[in-house]
Amino acid sequence: MKHLSLLSFLLISVSSYAQNTPYITFNELEKIMYQQDDTVRIINFWATWCKPCIEELPAFEQISAEYKTQKVKIILVSMDFKSKIDIQLKPYIQKNHIQSTVFVMDQTDSNIWINKVSTEWSGSIPATIFTLQSKQLSFHEGKYSYEELKQKIQSIIQP
Amino acid sequence: MHHHLTTAAITLGSLIMASFITKPNDSVPAGYKAGDKAADFKLKNINDQFVSLADYKTAKGFIVVFTCNHCPYAIAYEDRIEELDKKYASKGYPVIAINPNDAVSYPEDSFENMKVRAKQKGFTFPYLYDETQVTAKTYGALRTPHVYLLQKSSSDLIVKYVGAIDDNSQDAKAVKIKYLENAVDELLAGKDVSTKETKAIGCSIKWKKA
Repeated sequence: MKHLSLLSFLLISVSSYAQNTPYITFNELEKIMYQQDDTVRIINFWATWCKPCIEELPAFEQISAEYKTQKVKIILVSMDFKSKIDIQLKPYIQKNHIQSTVFVMDQTDSNIWINKVSTEWSGSIPATIFTLQSKQLSFHEGKYSYEELKQKIQSIIQP
Repeated sequence: MHHHLTTAAITLGSLIMASFITKPNDSVPAGYKAGDKAADFKLKNINDQFVSLADYKTAKGFIVVFTCNHCPYAIAYEDRIEELDKKYASKGYPVIAINPNDAVSYPEDSFENMKVRAKQKGFTFPYLYDETQVTAKTYGALRTPHVYLLQKSSSDLIVKYVGAIDDNSQDAKAVKIKYLENAVDELLAGKDVSTKETKAIGCSIKWKKA
């Protein structure tokens, strides 16, 4: 019961966060990435100005809808600059009816946190990481097609 | 049988797909690390003249920056790159900026638009166009901006630092660690570079479609 209320608290806080597209530090993101439940999390680093990111976003949204009833959650972490959140990111989310949770990365010193996401990551976006509990299941730098993303998720949830 | 064939076909298909997908990365070598010898190049500058590092007879080394016009991270660093050239060119480490992006997918990064940007911003450093993308691939540049600090050693160019300019892309005033400046200062003081490699968020280099 205690666990349930904690979980619902987390869920509520995460979903209410989403509507306000909140800033998130790397430590906060890490807690979300490695939550100790049985949900596979797909964390995608993107930005509204990044063309390949925008091109792959519909695939993430589609997957998110398809796996709604399963333990798969997509989290979009925007690298948009603070000065662009109100004039670019929020209008983009609204206009495109983005349903996935969106956070805005509020963390300088990328030399340190990039390696904490994955030592394989050069720092270019888009980049996507798959996590389950404390495990990093997979990392991908570059654009995903819908088919590739679907195949990857299938291989994770039905190995 | 039919089932197996189908499975085989799918497997083969995904293998082909996988090799196709990874192809652009395969053509990009691991890239330079500190200690490696760097290759010179001959690339067209915004004044239509070709520039090679060998042209700089008195330089002690170079701050080679892969950058471009369109990327917000590159734009955020434009003034800082200009300041680096103002500060270090006279000390023997001029900035050499190189745009490696495919102008077909990103018209904003075309040679003509490089000229426009350089004029607008009053760049004092050469802004070269790596049209074949060979230089970016040889260096292993992956994003913009991506910096390689080179030091001359007799006839060689030795890579001394690879990575970010500093630790805060968004706000130049809030920078805490100037990785690149620290590295150049160490070289100027005759010391070894203490931080040889850093990472930063940036725009991926836009490779030409094969």
